[in-house]
Amino acid sequence: MTRQTSRPRLPSQARREGREGTRPPEAGPGEVEIALTVNGTRRTVRVEPRVSLLDALRERLGVTGPKKGCDQGACGACTVLVEGRRVLGCLTLAITCEGRPVTTVEGLADGDRLHPVQEAFIANDAFQCGYCTPGQLMSAVALLEEGRAGDDAEIAEWMSGNICRCAAYPNIRAAVRQVRDARAEGEGGR
Amino acid sequence: MSTVPHRARAAQVGRPMDRADGRAKVTGAARYSAEYAPPGTVYAVLVGARIAAGEVTGIDARRALRSDGVLAVLSHLNLPPLAAEPHLLPSLAGAAASGQSFFPMRDARVHYAGQPVAMVVADTLERAGHAAELLEVSYRAEPHVTGLEQGREHAYEPERIFAGFLPGRIGRGDVDRGLAEADTVVETVHRLAANHHNPIEPAAATAQWQDGRLTVHDSTQGPTATRLTVAELLGLPPSQVRVLAPAVGGSFGSKAMVWSHPVLAAMAARHVRAPVKLAVTREQMFTACGHREEQEHRFTLGARRDGTLTAMRHHKLSPTSPFDDWTEPSLEMPARMYACPNHEGVYRLFRANTMTPAFMRAPGEASGMFVLETAMDELAGELGMDPVELRLRNHCDDDPSTGLPWSSKGLRECYARGAEMFGWHDRAPVPGTRTDGHWLVGTGMASAVYPVYQAMGPQRARVRLYADGRATAETACADFGTGVGAVMRQVAAAALGIGAEQVEARYGDTELPTTVAAVGSAGTGAIASAVHTAASALREQMVARAVADPASPLYGTDPGRVEAAGGRMFPQGGSGGGEAYTDVLRRHMMSDAEALGAWDPPGADGGYAAATFGAQFAEVGVDPDLGLVRVRRMLGVFAPGRVLNAKTARSQLMGGMLWGVGHALLEATRMDPGSGRWANASMGDYLLPVNADAPEVRVEFAEVEDAVVNPLGAKGVGEVGVVGASAAIANAVHHATGRRFRDLPITIEAVLGRGQGASA
Repeated sequence: MTRQTSRPRLPSQARREGREGTRPPEAGPGEVEIALTVNGTRRTVRVEPRVSLLDALRERLGVTGPKKGCDQGACGACTVLVEGRRVLGCLTLAITCEGRPVTTVEGLADGDRLHPVQEAFIANDAFQCGYCTPGQLMSAVALLEEGRAGDDAEIAEWMSGNICRCAAYPNIRAAVRQVRDARAEGEGGR
Repeated sequence: MSTVPHRARAAQVGRPMDRADGRAKVTGAARYSAEYAPPGTVYAVLVGARIAAGEVTGIDARRALRSDGVLAVLSHLNLPPLAAEPHLLPSLAGAAASGQSFFPMRDARVHYAGQPVAMVVADTLERAGHAAELLEVSYRAEPHVTGLEQGREHAYEPERIFAGFLPGRIGRGDVDRGLAEADTVVETVHRLAANHHNPIEPAAATAQWQDGRLTVHDSTQGPTATRLTVAELLGLPPSQVRVLAPAVGGSFGSKAMVWSHPVLAAMAARHVRAPVKLAVTREQMFTACGHREEQEHRFTLGARRDGTLTAMRHHKLSPTSPFDDWTEPSLEMPARMYACPNHEGVYRLFRANTMTPAFMRAPGEASGMFVLETAMDELAGELGMDPVELRLRNHCDDDPSTGLPWSSKGLRECYARGAEMFGWHDRAPVPGTRTDGHWLVGTGMASAVYPVYQAMGPQRARVRLYADGRATAETACADFGTGVGAVMRQVAAAALGIGAEQVEARYGDTELPTTVAAVGSAGTGAIASAVHTAASALREQMVARAVADPASPLYGTDPGRVEAAGGRMFPQGGSGGGEAYTDVLRRHMMSDAEALGAWDPPGADGGYAAATFGAQFAEVGVDPDLGLVRVRRMLGVFAPGRVLNAKTARSQLMGGMLWGVGHALLEATRMDPGSGRWANASMGDYLLPVNADAPEVRVEFAEVEDAVVNPLGAKGVGEVGVVGASAAIANAVHHATGRRFRDLPITIEAVLGRGQGASA
């Protein structure tokens, strides 16, 4: 799912490498056409440079899984993965995501088969209104990939960028634990 | 997941069941109100007043209108008139339900900062937002009043509060005499900060006109309330307004009433002849959907040496808007909690430059019970009595405010089970003596109570059974996180005698049978009762058809002696000899059968008082050097009558209890008295609990049967979880430190002995 490398790369490095050393062309202030790869599908969209990744997804591409809770980077509801790293869609300009794969909550399931984290969220009732849930899921998927679910305190700390006003927090921790333990069991049995 | 025993219909209800919309919510498929985009949708952005009082002296829209993509600027200069005056009315009444008796942009007056003074419509959200910045609004400011210290001198005692439903003064007995009889008197003053709901989904409405009919996707607790309010204010027949809200991203009271934005979205859509999406921004949410008002409580409690209460005096001072006499009813439930013969409760208000405050989860109960239950803890300390024992000493079997018996209670069991499970009796006898490393550790408890509110009119549902054995249950209600969809499935399945998996719940649409807004913890009980009534009627209809049919094995059987389970009807006392619903439908060439059910809630004069009770326990650690308070564990035992879905009910109660963490330690919207504006109107600056703040929470049920409140005996779990939780935490902080904190939230500064709220 994710392409996490052991050493984090700065977005600017990734961009430079993606462009093979060429300087990005200037764009704007009017609309420009950009190509975004969202959940494995290449989509073109016309945006002004000021358009956030979140608004490009929600308002222009009909990808409404990522949520707008605050538009200020405080709530985490807009969390998506860009090149496997979680970013806040509301604080990321769409135009900077050209050529970088974007994964949203819509991209977690494999067809009709839910991602184990999605299944665990349902089984543990890890949400109520569901509005923060897409962001919670993206963070949970990423922290499990990164091996940051060692104990409850670690899960709680790494999940604290995603506010759940319904306060399903203990159930969110239970869901993450369940997937962690199932994976450990699966690896142990191999 | 447990299997459903054959013939045990009732077992469908109560078992833990996953949310009906779980899959939609984890895949991103669930659509919230700002996620509909009919072709040609354009965007409206509100512009809020930058002053707290005065008037708009000019609106220069020239630059905004020249900006790319801008379609219109609406303000008091060109907004069409309303067809009716907005009147504050709680949405539980089932009529038009404006959140305040005021509608913006009708004249130049500014009553509160953030009041909408203009609305910009453009083809994209960014262009609308940019043009809103270009709009030049000029003001003439006047002196304003926003805080307690500014308003105290002008306070008045309102005749009635809460849209006229409650008196401004309540009482019984003679408080002065009761105090004279007391051996011990505790007097406290509490300052509680204003709070905002902060649902993660900001309010939003998408409005579309088609052939004179209006469709609004609204983020609301009551699609019916939005329909009736929008129709009344715009002068439309309600039948011409359709409101949809299948998914709502939290509310906690902020979407319980109808504010101006769905009406403004509809006005904008008519003006530009295109569908309009109006999403309130997070900052605007602090001045768009009400709030819990800042409040000061002065409280006096008198008791005899044995702990028997002799008197209670409870005065509350709080700001209201220029339009309404609103204050959350903080005095009612504390007055009804204990057997105290003498009580006096007085509300005092002052007019302030804020919008009308609103319901916020356990409105009044959370604040009032914080005051009562921390004062009870102080009293227990004065008397040298265990806090649980003090409460048992004053337990009331009847409602002390009316003398009516409680329809069900279960509180003694809540105390007993809670104390045992929590290990209450192991607590240190002297506060401030238990440590864990550098942490001071303490425990606290409090009572919880929330009244049973009833809708005022009939609640309706439709249940349809198809010839393939599947069924649908339908009501207009919204699911804003309550999990009502799963309960509808369970209740319909139980009454029909089929599997819950066979039932699909449809809701969130005013075209479906009418139910009132799900508010006051009354939603699930009302909706479930309507579904139960409809599904029971459908079962009776099917039984009647079978017993009258010579081709049925049930022909001639007394319908009263026919049972249904597993999709089959059969004579009582044995599963043989019956037939399946599907056989009857097919034989009669019916593709389906359906019934509409209407449940009439009991009136207020039924001879009973009704409330949900519970007991809260909390353990905290306090870092005396850093002023940090960490809640280490919480336990709540509640007696909500019949639990319809153990899974979602537990989650709601747990969420409520964790709201107590916010109420006790974090949540405060601070008014800047100089500018008259909220100083921290963002989710970064308004502190609320994050995952690392939330301890493990244990929720238990004390079983009580309630034959009065509704046919299912369900009293509601949406709000009682927060009541008393902040008091239990504050009492635990006292137990840990030996220091009493009477103001909320208990900030780091207060624990360090600096700033507001510090006490000895």
